[in-house]
Amino acid sequence: MGPPNTIVGYGAWRLEVACRVMCGIAGILNFDAERVDPDLLRRMIGMVGHRGPDGQDLYTDGGVGLAHARLSIIDLSGGRQPMSNRDQSIWVTFNGEIFNYLELREDLLKRGHRFATQSDTEVILHLYEEHGEDCVRFFNGQWAFAVWDLAGRKLFLSRDRLGVRPLVYTVAGRSLIFGSEIKSLFAHPAVRRAIDPHALDQLCTVWTTIPPKTIFHEVLELPPGHSMTVQDGKIDVRPYWRLEYPRDPEPMDEQACADRLLELLTDATRIRLRSDVPVGAYLSGGLDSSLLTALILRVTNAPLKTFSVAFEDADFDESGYQRDVIRFLNTDHQEVRCSSRDIGRVFPDVIWHTEKPVLRTAPAPLFLLSRLVRDQGFKVVLTGEGSDEMLGGYDIFKEAKIRRFWAARPDSRLRPLLLRRLYPYLRDLQHQSDAYLQAFFHVRPEERADPLFSHLPRWDLTSRIKLFFSDAVRAEISHDDVYAELRRRLPEGFAQWPSLSQAQHLEATYLLPGYILSSQGDRMAMAHSVEGRFPFLDHRVVEYAAGIPPTLKMKVLNEKYILKRCAAGLIPESVRRRPKQPYMAPDIPSFFGPDEAPYLDAYLSDGALRRAGVFDPRKVGQLLEKCRKGRRQGFRENMALVAILSTQIVYDRFVANFVS
Amino acid sequence: MADVEHRIRQYIAENFLLDGGQAALHNDDSFLEKGIIDSTGVLELVNWMEESFGFEVDDTELIPDNLDSIDRLAAFIERKCAKP
Repeated sequence: MGPPNTIVGYGAWRLEVACRVMCGIAGILNFDAERVDPDLLRRMIGMVGHRGPDGQDLYTDGGVGLAHARLSIIDLSGGRQPMSNRDQSIWVTFNGEIFNYLELREDLLKRGHRFATQSDTEVILHLYEEHGEDCVRFFNGQWAFAVWDLAGRKLFLSRDRLGVRPLVYTVAGRSLIFGSEIKSLFAHPAVRRAIDPHALDQLCTVWTTIPPKTIFHEVLELPPGHSMTVQDGKIDVRPYWRLEYPRDPEPMDEQACADRLLELLTDATRIRLRSDVPVGAYLSGGLDSSLLTALILRVTNAPLKTFSVAFEDADFDESGYQRDVIRFLNTDHQEVRCSSRDIGRVFPDVIWHTEKPVLRTAPAPLFLLSRLVRDQGFKVVLTGEGSDEMLGGYDIFKEAKIRRFWAARPDSRLRPLLLRRLYPYLRDLQHQSDAYLQAFFHVRPEERADPLFSHLPRWDLTSRIKLFFSDAVRAEISHDDVYAELRRRLPEGFAQWPSLSQAQHLEATYLLPGYILSSQGDRMAMAHSVEGRFPFLDHRVVEYAAGIPPTLKMKVLNEKYILKRCAAGLIPESVRRRPKQPYMAPDIPSFFGPDEAPYLDAYLSDGALRRAGVFDPRKVGQLLEKCRKGRRQGFRENMALVAILSTQIVYDRFVANFVS
Repeated sequence: MADVEHRIRQYIAENFLLDGGQAALHNDDSFLEKGIIDSTGVLELVNWMEESFGFEVDDTELIPDNLDSIDRLAAFIERKCAKP
């Protein structure tokens, strides 16, 4: 931890300074108070050494053990974890950042609290002393932590509002076992390791498991925005924050709305630059990361290092736009050039870090990017995730709007033309007849009232992967109904929300934490000890954005309209006005062709598939043959191949051959 | 007709059918409703027809009425082949 008021920054940055460690956590609570074995705890925390390779510390108190893996950034004397309060009655192990800790600390000082360090970790302890479990309501940050409160023999766990930092747990025997990653839990001998077919059914529908489920049997995640108390052998999980939308959003003046949004985003960026190490930025060449880069420069007025992925395959590459931004903002830029072969090469390691199957290879380039960031000596990056969800950027929102519009007049000849315009990069779609478009996009008048309307085409298409399931898995899930489960979980009042808000909520509740922030986010960055920070997910921004009228988020079919207004003059016009391109990477071509991935047979042979028991070897064999012939592949084949391969890797590395 | 139907079945089984083979698919089952064909699949199917039967499919003919079951496909192919 840094001494007070030390200034260490990149170039001429003069920033407020915190004591920072990036890290992983783990812990055990034995309900029968049997002493926690420190060696076991050490093995558990050792599994997440990539999150904090510079050392591990433990705290044990009879039946309780907390562990912490740290990444040293500067002097750590003031911020070792697990950390206690002054009388050692409260202990915490913490992964993440409380960005408003300076303001909270100031306030606590006025109330008579005395601090031994400059760290945000200590602020958690003092705020817990002051407000108990409600302390989390005051935090602006990204966190997963466990507090052990000796007085009440109470364990209190919490996770940030949007799910930036991971926290998983399980109950095995007479123990609650928790950690940043599942591999820590599996280091405990009492924890069973098995893929849960019901969770796989969910993942092969909505791209991720539905919290609290993870892909593993009996392993749960603490959902975003939730806290958990464990006391007297009872576990209580409850939300402390919810993403809610107004039924009738108040009209807003456009300019006033853009000004306020920009003000909030600027402050969200400012407090995320609080660091005693250099902070870089991811720059994709899209609106969000470009604006974010501009805001960083506005706040710091100092040189900035930016990082991006460039693809060899022009279909995926955005480096032209990236260059526009780099020239305009004059950043010191580094890129990782990524080929299909690179993706195939690292894919098994990527899955070791995602700890769940994925349906696209898109996390792999971000794995390579975080390696570049680490090799350049950077440990923190600001990045633009969350903007598309909160401000209406995704194609699926536009698609749903067009489908609604068309479903009102299903015989219209002109309305379906909008769908073709929406996906200019999907060449196959351009040739389809209206009747096929109607079928693919579910344009049926009777479905307009379905609360899941916006997502049904995507989820139906994704569900085709299940055709590859083995008979045993199909039998096991035959009574599951993922859509019914999703409908059951909709918040009160959802049906009355504007349709864009409904779609945004579904996206922000499932894909954002389960895939974007996890498989593509935390897990890829932390694989190389890099911490991502997300100004668009500052809860003040999120709450303000929820109240912005849908017509300002998507004006006719102009996505993120209000954000584009914010960005006027701050980023190149070519980027502000460019068509949106979804971030994607080559899927099937990453594994096949002249440089076929050497491990395919090990994971996808008849024997390997039979041992895992998840997929039907004959059907997978057909798919592999198709892939090897190099014929045109659709979404279905691409998603299926990546899903099957990643599931097989999960099975191999976490179930069959797990090494603690 | 029987030959055309057999070839369609074989093609569908080899390229799209994944759930236990041809017996499960009835002649009037909708490829769309059964989830057998997506947007790429339609174009693959057309490509196969054009190559296998030597006729050209116009964009206006790319409709489920012509292509969305074994029966419909067989009838469409017969019609196209019958044209001089």
